[in-house]
Amino acid sequence: MSIDALDRQLIADDIDAYLKQHGEKDLLRFITCGSVDDGKSTLIGRLLFDSKMIFEDHLAAIEAASTHHGTVGNETDLALLTDGLRAEREQGITIDVAYRFFSTQRRKFIIADTPGHEQYTRNMATGASTADLAVILIDARHGILDQTRRHSFISSLLGIQHMIVAINKMDLVDYSQDVYEDIKRQFVDFAARLDVNDIHFIPISALVGDNVVHRSEQTPWFQGRPLLSMLEEVHIASDRNYIDFRLPIQSVLRPHLNFRGYQGTIASGAIKVGDKVMAMPSGKTSHVERIVTFDGDQMEAFPPQAVTVTLTDEIDLSRGDMLVRPKNIPRSARYFEAMVVWMHDGPLVNGRGYLLKVGTQNVPADVSDIRYRVDVNTLKQVAAHPVDGVPGLHLNEVGRILFEANRDVLFDPYRKNRATGSFIIIDRITNVTVGAGMILDRHTHDGQQGQRRGLSKHHPLLNAVDGTITGQARQDRFGHPASTIWLTGLPRSGKSTVAYALETRLWDLGCAVHVLDGVAMRLGLSKDLGFSADDRSESSRRAAETARILNDAGMMTIAAFVSPYAADRERARLRISSEKFIQVWLETAVSTCEQRDENLYPDGDGIYAQARAGKIKNFTGISAPYEAPDDADLVVKTESMSVDEIVESIIELLKTRSLLPE
Amino acid sequence: MTLNFRLSHLKQLEAESIHIIREVVAEFENPVMLYSIGKDSSVMLHLARKAFHPAPLPFKLLHVDTTWKFKEMIDFRDRFCEEHGFELIVHTNQDAVTQGINPFDHGSNVYTNAFKTVALKQALRAGQFDAAFGGARRDEEKSRAKERVYSFRDGQSQWDPKNQRPELWNLYNGRVNRDKNESIRVFPLSNWTELDIWLYIHLENISIVPLYLSAERPVVWRNGTWIMVDDERMRLQPGEEPQMKWVRFRTLGCYPLTGAVESKATELTGVIQEMLLTKTSERQGRLIDFDEDGSMEQKKREGYF
Repeated sequence: MSIDALDRQLIADDIDAYLKQHGEKDLLRFITCGSVDDGKSTLIGRLLFDSKMIFEDHLAAIEAASTHHGTVGNETDLALLTDGLRAEREQGITIDVAYRFFSTQRRKFIIADTPGHEQYTRNMATGASTADLAVILIDARHGILDQTRRHSFISSLLGIQHMIVAINKMDLVDYSQDVYEDIKRQFVDFAARLDVNDIHFIPISALVGDNVVHRSEQTPWFQGRPLLSMLEEVHIASDRNYIDFRLPIQSVLRPHLNFRGYQGTIASGAIKVGDKVMAMPSGKTSHVERIVTFDGDQMEAFPPQAVTVTLTDEIDLSRGDMLVRPKNIPRSARYFEAMVVWMHDGPLVNGRGYLLKVGTQNVPADVSDIRYRVDVNTLKQVAAHPVDGVPGLHLNEVGRILFEANRDVLFDPYRKNRATGSFIIIDRITNVTVGAGMILDRHTHDGQQGQRRGLSKHHPLLNAVDGTITGQARQDRFGHPASTIWLTGLPRSGKSTVAYALETRLWDLGCAVHVLDGVAMRLGLSKDLGFSADDRSESSRRAAETARILNDAGMMTIAAFVSPYAADRERARLRISSEKFIQVWLETAVSTCEQRDENLYPDGDGIYAQARAGKIKNFTGISAPYEAPDDADLVVKTESMSVDEIVESIIELLKTRSLLPE
Repeated sequence: MTLNFRLSHLKQLEAESIHIIREVVAEFENPVMLYSIGKDSSVMLHLARKAFHPAPLPFKLLHVDTTWKFKEMIDFRDRFCEEHGFELIVHTNQDAVTQGINPFDHGSNVYTNAFKTVALKQALRAGQFDAAFGGARRDEEKSRAKERVYSFRDGQSQWDPKNQRPELWNLYNGRVNRDKNESIRVFPLSNWTELDIWLYIHLENISIVPLYLSAERPVVWRNGTWIMVDDERMRLQPGEEPQMKWVRFRTLGCYPLTGAVESKATELTGVIQEMLLTKTSERQGRLIDFDEDGSMEQKKREGYF
């Protein structure tokens, strides 16, 4: 079976030396992806065939099968080597992920053979999840297709750092350097938008064998190495995270009273006997006493070793917890955002609950928001398709999702740590795996947008200290309790007008009161934000936090914000606390608001006019949704009520809630 | 820190398998390990011991005995389990015994279904197991290449190749509906190749049944392979005369259906050497795969491991 004459000689002469050499090989996992007829299966067949990995009886079976199913005339169809399931053979198409194995003198390889068919993004993501490298196949005759972009994007999304772009079927374009260079240039342009460190190009013919295992004489203009040689030499050791020590606990081993071992696979970083460690989420610290294995104790451990660790102290640590270093800890949060690949026929629906498996943690979580969907062909952020009127994510779609777990989850951003930043999504009724997620890095993902979402809010070393002046003391001094009156409604529904009129009325009643105005906030505290769904949510979050600070200071706060999303208003309510939070909806038809805007700016440069003209994007009411509240404490119809009437109705409500001075 | 973080591919495979075995024990109520006495089973069992050291194995072993296994396999099994204190369940399809089903009169299809597929389902049902470890590898056969590490089986133990759960990273979905008798077959050796198995046995000094090493054995030439006359139940066809040959087995199953190869390799390294220098794949010695094109896939759909 194995390799070349040199190897055979070594095997025959000195089997022990050969076994020692083979035992020392390292491992490269890669995926192959391309469109339906790009020649992927043929390429894999060629790699196995030319590296002498095909057994004679397998080959005989393929030769027989070629006459039934083959697509290359009388030649042995190497693609049939990798097409395993009967249905696929009948359709002449690969429909699942298949794993292939071969080795050379230097490396053992595991190939995830992933499908080119348009509908099977999910299998591609599956294959990519464990791969170090992606081989992207392009048919030289067709150049870059939508699917090429899709496969490259998914590879990048799943964190693959090395890419080999194999421009195949060079024999059918007369080995033209111009064709090759042209495709290469196009790909480089496109790849600038991807997050891949290392891209190589190579002209090949999988069918004939050019530049696959051996250098081709047909491409004298190509100076690079053949594909197999690239696969042997690509440097992957530094891809792994050896910095941030993380040991997610799989189970606790207690064979007898004197032994308590914490079992798990080192996800990242390294640890030595004697090192100080901290248990998450308890925050308790101890030291590593022993690293126990069947083959004897080790002095150190590193990824991906599966170990059993004992500690010098008995601390509370069970499955789903994590052992880390005290000065280098993962995030811990109920809210987090992730890029999600949806893998099921039924859609992901905003608001629905799922079960997440994050490392060894099983956590129920709700989809709190679908920020956007990524068009995998153009890489553009677009709105999620609605499912029964609610935003959703369909089979093979990719989107950015905000999750709210029912407790704190321990994680790292996927970019920094594949092992602790990934999760699968499980349907709670059918138990089927319906999606896969990669947690985003709030610091680096897309600029300031990252500074969001109560991440790390339960950092064990970050406990808020309470002052000695109580809320009651402040209430006694100001003569009334603190509260937030949250005015929500479309632009030009009259929020600011009502806010400042209400402020004057309350001031006259002796209240300590202040207006937080959306426009003013956007000129200052939130001037880094735009008007995407994401930015609007962040704007609401900052408004809520600011209102809370003013409330903590004992003041009444009038917050006037469009705040179009129900989820964001609900978060504000939770943050400020329900008994202090009064939500008032200024109900106004879009047409009325638009008319008011036109009255203000009769020359056609009002905000509605600009939005209609497409000059302002994501304008609430025109090109972005406003989710009307169904839980408002008070609804005022601005079309039929005067400003004074509105203010008095709010005052009445505050009275009944005992929020005004006695 | 000046540690060398390099792990050979075998050590990486070992770690991956241990992770899988631990994950199953952590998440399932009642797992069992299929023990076929073959080399893959021996490696899997060795990995399980590593996974729970210094504790004993947290599950039982299950051997589906067809009554036609090689005597040496059964001897090895009993000795090995006793030596290590493993709890072993041996199950045989008694209905098939009563019906007198045997590999000579009924053909390998009927025989295999009764003594392997049906027997396995009976044993798993009787034990109420929600997870069963098997030693299958993806490199064995084409339809295996697409098998998941966690292979979901419905209440009838059937495998639907179009309805397998996506499997990403090392995050395995172990959720089953126990009320519907759903279960998972788990393959911790999925990413091992035949050469990896042999090399690991060599490096770790794992005990294997001596049938893997060459010895002089009584055999007859049948269907293009050497079949061993292991006991008096072996039916000889006209013209067949048992003869003593130096042979060994590349795979172990039921003796009337398992072909031997001629060999002088009486030591493990010699076996590996011969394997590397020949070009015949492993399952060729097993007659059951040759019934029809795609036969393994068909058997798996019906509930075969």
